[in-house]
Amino acid sequence: MLLAKLNAPGEYRELERKAQLIRQHVIRMLMHAGSGHPGGSLSAVDILTALYFRVMRIDPENPQDPDRDRFILSKGHAAPALYAVLAERGFFPVSWLESLRRLGSPLQGHPDMRKVPGVEMSTGSLGQGLSVGVGMALAAKLRGSGCRVFVLLGDGECQEGQVWEAAMAAGHYRLNNLVAIVDRNRLQIDGETEKVMALEPLAAKWRAFNWSVIEIDGHNFEEIVPALERVGYAQKPTAIIAHTVKGKGVSFMENQVDWHGVAPKPEQGIQALKELGGR
Amino acid sequence: MTKPMATREGYGQALVELGRRNERVVVLDADLSKSTQTVRFAREFPERFFNAGVAEANLIGMAAGLAASGFIPFASTFAIFATQRAYNQIFQSVAYPGLNVKIAASHGGITVGEDGASHQAIDDLALMRALPGMTVLVPADAHEAYQATLAAAEWEGPVYIRLGRPTVPLITSPDKPFTIGRIQVLREGEDVTLAACGHMVKVALEAAEELKRKGYGAAVLNVSTLKPLDRETLLHWASRTGAVVTVEEHSIIGGLGSAVAEVLSEECPVPLIRLGVRDTFGQSGKPHELLHHYGLTAGNVVEAAEKIIKRKGGRNGQSDA
Repeated sequence: MLLAKLNAPGEYRELERKAQLIRQHVIRMLMHAGSGHPGGSLSAVDILTALYFRVMRIDPENPQDPDRDRFILSKGHAAPALYAVLAERGFFPVSWLESLRRLGSPLQGHPDMRKVPGVEMSTGSLGQGLSVGVGMALAAKLRGSGCRVFVLLGDGECQEGQVWEAAMAAGHYRLNNLVAIVDRNRLQIDGETEKVMALEPLAAKWRAFNWSVIEIDGHNFEEIVPALERVGYAQKPTAIIAHTVKGKGVSFMENQVDWHGVAPKPEQGIQALKELGGR
Repeated sequence: MTKPMATREGYGQALVELGRRNERVVVLDADLSKSTQTVRFAREFPERFFNAGVAEANLIGMAAGLAASGFIPFASTFAIFATQRAYNQIFQSVAYPGLNVKIAASHGGITVGEDGASHQAIDDLALMRALPGMTVLVPADAHEAYQATLAAAEWEGPVYIRLGRPTVPLITSPDKPFTIGRIQVLREGEDVTLAACGHMVKVALEAAEELKRKGYGAAVLNVSTLKPLDRETLLHWASRTGAVVTVEEHSIIGGLGSAVAEVLSEECPVPLIRLGVRDTFGQSGKPHELLHHYGLTAGNVVEAAEKIIKRKGGRNGQSDA
């Protein structure tokens, strides 16, 4: 991409390092918890890292700033990745991560906005985050705020009818401050999305709902960052279809549907951490 | 506001007042703004009105997003669609995060009339009552709907307001502020307590008048806040009269009758008869025909009251001495 070429070489190395650290956190958290969703967490890590460490205008010291950018993890089961990113970004102590899914922990199995600093919306039941994003984008327009709203959806999640209700509304209201990112890892619980309930042509669907659509490699910062920074140019909402690999970064998890919702056993976790350069 | 008026009209008028008072108030509808009366707000404050189209799930989600950004959204559609079509959205995106969304649903109950069962919400109160932290209001007339709407805007947290389609007589005072969580005692009496909500409050008052002619004293409670329920007032009158009849334009499963039964059976077990829709669906008909068909007339209430007074062992004679 043209924009990518303008960036200095190695500019994204720091983001890559950060993403690798986040992946290590995810594996450790799931090992501690003994349950959770590694596949869809790992596929989303690079997108989340780009958002929180590069793109979004946020301040962990002032998490309620009315003009902050908003992020909604509509695919709430990727909570471990979001928690790890928020902790690394300074919203809460990294030591909290070990408490994932424990009784009384702020780090619920799916994100709870009332328990975790930096979580903008409680999610978990699929298909709902984009509607909330539409509401937040409308609110920003009403207030005259320049804040932007980013919503990360799973690809399987796009089978929910509500996603398209929200897509229609965003197109109707020309919400150019709204970005939907689809984590297109092509797998859902029961198998390949195209076999369970085909999504393609997915980009054409978003275009038909009056969105500006970009397709990127969801693991390449040279494509992720410029795409996320493009928001607001068109008088339309932006959909980014991020082609990703479920379980990205751990060889035996990559593209394996069975790693959707199973935590690694200790020896598997150790192997995964070794591959991710951790201990 | 002296001539009969639908509760939804009181709501529509209150929204305009709120629009003037508070710029954080926004209104959303799902293609029923004329029916729900949000059209009044839409005309005066078009920039703060959002139509979701025929898409109730998204209606609730948008309201949640606006609330999370500091606005006070009122989201309206028919009660059956607001609660049933968007139940999981209300659970996940409104109630669980405790967002400040007001769901004001019109066309509650069977008095929707001719449209029939598909449009008659008879379980909306049960559904909303089951949600942790949800406040449930059922105004009895347009005055109370007006005041309840103003009160809901001041209340921090999710609120469900059930409104009705038909024109109903005005029985409450126009200027009386609505206190969420307080039962209004409209009439005192020693032999039986008639606890009613919504359109049935007027029916209960008529029944009390008829009972008086028959020599019985009936207390009439307007349970316009179904949740949190005013246990204190309910228990006071239940123990004082020793018999309770509930009247609601809703299934007897999960609504007012259930709420009252839950409190009484734990704290003051007295004979109870629940009048309402009995585990069946509504149907087409004129509202008054439907109320007659489903046993929700003043005559039905009188009959139930006499039966329960007999069951508890007769009138509380000494109190009338």
